[in-house]
Amino acid sequence: MSDLTPLSSLSSLEYAPAPESRAVVTVQDAYGHFINGDFTNPASSEQFATINPATGEHLATVAQGSDADVDAAVAAARKAYEKVWSTLPGSERAKYLFRIARLIQERSRELAVLETLDNGKPIRETRDIDVPMAAAWFFYYAGWADKLDYAGFGPQPAALGVAGQVIPWNFPLLMAAWKIAPALAAGNTVVLKPAETTPLTALLLADIIRQAGVPDGVVNIVTGDGRTGAALVNHPGINKVAFTGSTEVGRIIQSAVAGSGKKLTLELGGKGANIVFADAPIDETIEGIIDGIFFNQGHVCCAGSRLLVQESIHDDVIERLLRRVEQLRVGDPLDKNTDVGAINSAAQLAKIAELTEAGVLEGATRFSSSCALPSAGFFFPPTVFTGVEQTHRIAREEIFGPVLSVLTFRTPEEAVAKANNTTFGLAAGIWSEKGSRTLWMAERLRAGVIWANTYNKFDPTSPFGGVRESGFGREGGRHGLEAYLNV
Amino acid sequence: MTSVAAHGRPELPATTSRPVRIGSEHDLRSTLGGLSGVDAVGLEARAAKLGTRSLKQDTKRAAIDLAITMVDLTTLEGADTTGKVRALCTKAMRPDASDPSVPPVAAVCVYPDLVDVAVRTLGTSGVNIASVATAFPSGRASLAIKLADVREAVAAGATEIDMVIDRGAFLSGNIGKVFDEIVAVKEACGAAHLKVILETGELVTYDNVRRASWIAMLAGADFIKTSTGKVGVNATIPVTLLMLEAVRDFALETGAVIGVKAAGGIRTTKDALKYLVVVNETAGSRWLSPDFFRFGASSLLNDLLMQRTKQATGSYVRADRFSGD
Repeated sequence: MSDLTPLSSLSSLEYAPAPESRAVVTVQDAYGHFINGDFTNPASSEQFATINPATGEHLATVAQGSDADVDAAVAAARKAYEKVWSTLPGSERAKYLFRIARLIQERSRELAVLETLDNGKPIRETRDIDVPMAAAWFFYYAGWADKLDYAGFGPQPAALGVAGQVIPWNFPLLMAAWKIAPALAAGNTVVLKPAETTPLTALLLADIIRQAGVPDGVVNIVTGDGRTGAALVNHPGINKVAFTGSTEVGRIIQSAVAGSGKKLTLELGGKGANIVFADAPIDETIEGIIDGIFFNQGHVCCAGSRLLVQESIHDDVIERLLRRVEQLRVGDPLDKNTDVGAINSAAQLAKIAELTEAGVLEGATRFSSSCALPSAGFFFPPTVFTGVEQTHRIAREEIFGPVLSVLTFRTPEEAVAKANNTTFGLAAGIWSEKGSRTLWMAERLRAGVIWANTYNKFDPTSPFGGVRESGFGREGGRHGLEAYLNV
Repeated sequence: MTSVAAHGRPELPATTSRPVRIGSEHDLRSTLGGLSGVDAVGLEARAAKLGTRSLKQDTKRAAIDLAITMVDLTTLEGADTTGKVRALCTKAMRPDASDPSVPPVAAVCVYPDLVDVAVRTLGTSGVNIASVATAFPSGRASLAIKLADVREAVAAGATEIDMVIDRGAFLSGNIGKVFDEIVAVKEACGAAHLKVILETGELVTYDNVRRASWIAMLAGADFIKTSTGKVGVNATIPVTLLMLEAVRDFALETGAVIGVKAAGGIRTTKDALKYLVVVNETAGSRWLSPDFFRFGASSLLNDLLMQRTKQATGSYVRADRFSGD
């Protein structure tokens, strides 16, 4: 047997570096806010840097949005809503959304490289997933803009007005698309605040929106940290708050918005259960487990971070899984052959390291890929914990990194009980060749999204969102319109 | 940067190395019954994802040369002539007449009646002589005729036999017949290597391909091969990936390393490199050798030569610079 190992060795076919050219995108030294159709000089001189997490390299300086900046953005959005956007027929709004979608496609390489630089995720993912899906989101909602009467919310459903939208750093461009496309299709104008570690693709999207000729003030983008976000969600001039991010911040927003009359949707954290039955299609299941937890370095709110394996196949699954984990190519996100890129920030890396240490201290068995990590930047090896108990922190808290916790179960009832033993409820996966049991499970799992024999699959036509501490409201599909209509 | 050392890595569970013995059709059925199902969507997604790997510079040059050494240069036409086979053999030994640094291919693959021509032309060059026997490509003949076909090819000097399985028997559930035929052909092969063609285009489902792969491996195949090249659907990347999973699992289970041959429809270097990536990341580097992976192809070789020249000189040459076969 020894002559077979290591099965994962690439020694005979060691992939030479295949870096995507970063020359396709121009990064400015400094950026202002995008307000009323133009990049403005910020009201305050406070600025902050955004870096490339894979190297630590300084990319650009970005403005810290002040109350005055948020005021100006909300005022521009209000004026655009009243004077222009609410007076346009749906087919006219659709025209702009189609233009944005096409421009995202035309400028896809620029967007993909910039996203990889600013976020640290592999170019393969930005090129094949983030950017095409962002375009797809605009195409999809463009189609709805003149059909709102037929969306099932009664005749002539009204827009809400101005939406304040705060998005996270894990899918910066895609989350901007998820927020802006349905809001505009439904007839609202928006003020969007990207995350402070990943503002650049939202600012490039602002340029695309300008290029598409979208009327001034319909989309405004204000950069900044949590203070800017707080100023936006607390602003009396907005009618709607949409937030994607941590449960902790979501809770603060919900209490701040309570009683204000603002409509609220929250898409928060998760601790997704990926449930593997003994009759699962084993090779595809292993790939699904890998995609479930190591896609986007595990910076995915719906990540399948808890693997529940039927006890009878535990050893076989772990053997195959660890062999596969060893094969993952961790490193330069701009390299087209990289599978796992950089952790987005030093703070996130520290959090992942802290929870991983806790897993070891609580008695779980740690396996980390022996891959070499780059010396600069923020990287963490793909890691699997076996022997995890439900009481362990790594089974309860969202790690938001490339760390998988493996638990076992014996019966479908036990799988349901363990999967539901969490405060979250965003997503779950079921792997089995037996359809009847998969449906039986899906009825009993408390999660907004259930995947069968796949994981982390998204589509603009399919609603996405959570229950319990994973938030409320849906994004995507017809359901996603409801969040931006007065219904 | 916080350095996080990998520590406390558990030993991988030891693999039990036990030979699988098939003493009866019941044994065969229970072994096949233990195989996992295949999720078609997941398999095809994995194949597509591996297709996005980017091979550059030295890796690309090495991979092109490796692919050349894995080619079974094939001519299987009713109109084949002794002259064509002689030309094919000459090309097999020295694929690029003007560049002696190009390695020879693995084998030539011809019908049994032309084996002697190949033997005389190839001499002691080391290029193998593969012959399709067992009433290729349909396999619709009695076992006696199939075995005679094999013995004749081996007697004429074939070092490798590419047989076809009885798809009718497989699809009707008569897997014992499929198994027994392979065992008998293997015996008739003597020292010649046996490649078992599953004709995956006629098996249709991935579950069938996995089961047929295991039947062939359990019955003594040295290689499992996708296709004859004579039906509508020949080698595809998902099917090859699935067969590579089968040989990997069989090796882990029994210790025996079985090869895979992807045949039919592979025409470009780009495709060939995708196959090598799939070999590398599915079965592992052990299979990156002509001993364990082959391409059954005819037009692929010239494209490999053209891309090889492009890698060496930086520019493309005219397609007609390379000889037809």
